[in-house]
Formats: sequence, structure tokens, C-alpha cells
Amino acid sequence: MSGALALAPAQAGPVIPDFGRGDECIRTNGNFCFNWFVDNFDERFLPRLGEHVKMTAIAIAIGFVIAFAAALLAHRHPRFELPFANLSSLFYTIPSIAFFQIMVPITGIGWTSIIIALVSYTLLILFRNILTGLREVPDEVKEAAEGMGLTRRQTLVRVELPLAVPAIMAGVRVATVTTISLATIAAFITPLGLGAPIFNAIQSGANTEFVAASLLAIALALLADAVIVLAQRAVSPWARARRRA
Amino acid sequence: MSDLIQFFGDNAGLLFDKTLAHLGISGLAMAVALVLALPLGVVLGHLHRGSFLAINISNVFRALPSLALISISLALLGLSLINVEVALVALAIPPILTNAYTAVDGVDPDAVEAARGMGMTERQVLGGVELPLAWPLIFAGIRTASVYVVATAPLAAIAGGGGLGDIILNQPTYRLVGVIAATIVVVVLAFAVDALLGFAQRAVTPRGLHMPRELQTIVPAGTDTAVTVETAATAERT
Repeated sequence: MSGALALAPAQAGPVIPDFGRGDECIRTNGNFCFNWFVDNFDERFLPRLGEHVKMTAIAIAIGFVIAFAAALLAHRHPRFELPFANLSSLFYTIPSIAFFQIMVPITGIGWTSIIIALVSYTLLILFRNILTGLREVPDEVKEAAEGMGLTRRQTLVRVELPLAVPAIMAGVRVATVTTISLATIAAFITPLGLGAPIFNAIQSGANTEFVAASLLAIALALLADAVIVLAQRAVSPWARARRRA
Repeated sequence: MSDLIQFFGDNAGLLFDKTLAHLGISGLAMAVALVLALPLGVVLGHLHRGSFLAINISNVFRALPSLALISISLALLGLSLINVEVALVALAIPPILTNAYTAVDGVDPDAVEAARGMGMTERQVLGGVELPLAWPLIFAGIRTASVYVVATAPLAAIAGGGGLGDIILNQPTYRLVGVIAATIVVVVLAFAVDALLGFAQRAVTPRGLHMPRELQTIVPAGTDTAVTVETAATAERT
């Protein structure tokens, strides 16, 4: 390894980080010092948590609009499916830690670079799920809609999209937890989001900061997952009714 | 652009070594994930039971941010390869488990009944009928997991793990051109692994089972998403 990573060595050495005056736990660099976490929550963690939620929400919103438009296009004209699927697959294979760095010379250090990278990762899953949801609507249903005199647009809005909701929401769910995970890495270029205390702790070796920020990121992802499941049930009550039947 | 070509030329040996290390880290994670998730998914699918378990294990693992896992294990265990392997295994489990469960659970019940009617034992039903029919979907999950793992393995460098991440995370030494070069190698590697597993998938798929078109991109529809499992769960509860 030859200490190839500029960030890591601090963790390896017997460095006693300067945590200021602290209790026994902090002075011995315990794994999780609850008091320190509570004392520092407002200053060190809450703003980062807010940024994390914000970058995830913006990325999902923009990604959804793009993927939705692309999926509608591919639904109507199947020849557009493969190019978009391949392009979004390509984005998906770029390591996030590289993507953020590569964006820096193009859009600078900051929100724009972070959002562009995060949006790129949402596209594949959202696109595939929206398109699959639309395609799995049974032919009989579409024929019935046509037989009732609905136009193509009415069929899409009133029949196909509502039936695709479970698949679309499943995509939103996976895309959201993925984005929360990738957003931690954005802090590699600039200290925004919950990755900031993590990368900071990698340099200082402060265990509590590591563990606290990581646990917050995990809690955020699990919470978001649960919230989306509830939202999914709320917007597709018929699925639950069918399940109960 | 010429910088990039020059970097490849000057650092071919370095890139090669890091690529091998990268494949080693990824391969180990895939092996562990397969051992943990594949039997569980296949057995639960065979029993048509535990969809709740299969879904929820997958969902929880999917929600675990890789960097958070690496840093927690860094705090608890100190610098070691285990840090990154924990994160990569967690990443690989959901698509493998979800797909194995869904695939075996979804095998045509008529085929299974016919096999039982012919006097096959449970083991023969699973090995001779369910698994061959389920292979394409199981393999799709393994392919997706491999792509995730190869693309995320650069984080290994945070935990001193080696691989192409050593270059990607060290812009001060290798400059942006090095970061881009290593990134290109990772992307090519991801597509190569996907293509290779695609060949394997075709080789193990019984003749006469045509492969659905949807299964042929890097993250196929239904892979690693709750859609198919959700449907399975619905069916189980009714």
C-alpha cells in the first residue's frame, strides 16, 4: 500500500486527537461517547443531516423527472429504450468517489457537482422501474380502456400510470436508499452531508464522530425506506385491498 | 486526451497490479455474499415460505450506506481488509437474495407437480427442475451484484485496502488524469464482468428456456427492486 492514501494514515498512527476537554470516554477515544454526541449534535451533526436530506431530495426529484420523461418516450417509441438504458448503465458503473472528483473541474466544488453525480445514479433504476411498470399493465386492461373510448393519453393517465404505481414506487425506494448511501461520499470533495464528519474522523481518528455520523446515515436510510413504503401504500390503496382479499 | 493515453502507457504495470488487487477484493466479497445469500434464497423459494424474511433482509442491507459500514468497522476493528469486505458483502446480498428467492419461488407449479408425480424426491425436484428453471433470474441477480461490487470496491482505499481505489482516492499523487484512467478501468471491468457472467448465464440456461429480453442490461428490471418480491408476498398472503 505504501500509504498510498493521503487520508488514511492518521487512523493508523498512535495519534491522540485533540478533542478538547472531554470526559474519560473522549480522552480514551471510546467507540461511542454518548455525552459528546449529545453536546455536539447541534453544531456538528444536525446541519450535515439537513444537507444530506436536501441533496438526496433534490437528486431524486430531478432524477425522477428525467427518468419519467425518458420512460414515457421509450414506452411510446421502444427504439429509445436501449440508448437510454445503456447510457444510464454506464453512469451506474462509474465509482461515485471518482464521479464527484471528475465533476469538479467541470462544474466546480459544490452543490452542482454533487447533484449531477447523484442524479446520474438514480436514472437507471427509476427508468427501468417506470418502464417495466408501464409495460406490465395487462393487454386486456388497455383494450378495455380503448373499448370505453379513452384516448391514448387518457389511457396512460387514468389506467396505465395508476397500475404502474407499485413498480414506480419500488424504484423510488431503491433509488432513494442508494442516493443516501452515495451522498455520504460527496463529502470527499467538499464537507457537505453526513460524509463530512466521516471523512473528518478518518483524518482525526475520532471514533465517536465516525460511529455517530455512520449511525445517522444508516438511520436516515432506514427511515427513508420506511417512509416510502408508507407513501407507497397511501398512493396505491387498491394494492392493499387486493392483498387483504 | 493525450495525457490520458500517456498515463496508461507510463503506468500500465501499476494499473495492472491495482486491477488484480481490485478483482481480488471484489471476488472475495462476491464469494462470501454468494455463500450467505444464495442457499438462503433458494431454500426459502423452494419452501415458498419466508418471503417476508427474504424481502426484509434485502431491504435492510440495501439501506446500509457503504461508507458508513466501512467507517464503523474502521472504528471497531481498525484498519483491515475486513472493513471494506463488510461493506461490499452488504451491497451484494440484496440482489442475490431477492433474485434467488423470487426465481425459485416463481417456478411454474405445474412443472414442480409433474416432477413430484414422477416420484422425484424433494432434493431432485430442487436440483433437477426448480434450479435449472430459475437459473436465468438467479444469474441476473449475481450479475447485478458483481457490477455493484466492482464499482464500489474503490472505497476499499479508505480502509487501506488496495485496488484501483488507491489511484482514484489519491488525486494529489496521480492527478485528475490518473483518477480518470483508473475510473475507465473500473467501468471496463464492470462491463467485462457483466459480459462474462452473461456468457455463463447462457451456458447454464437449459436449451428451450429462452432468455427474456429484459434480463440483458446491467441492472435488469426486477433485479434488486422490490417489485417482483412484493408481488410474491402478495401471492403468499392470499
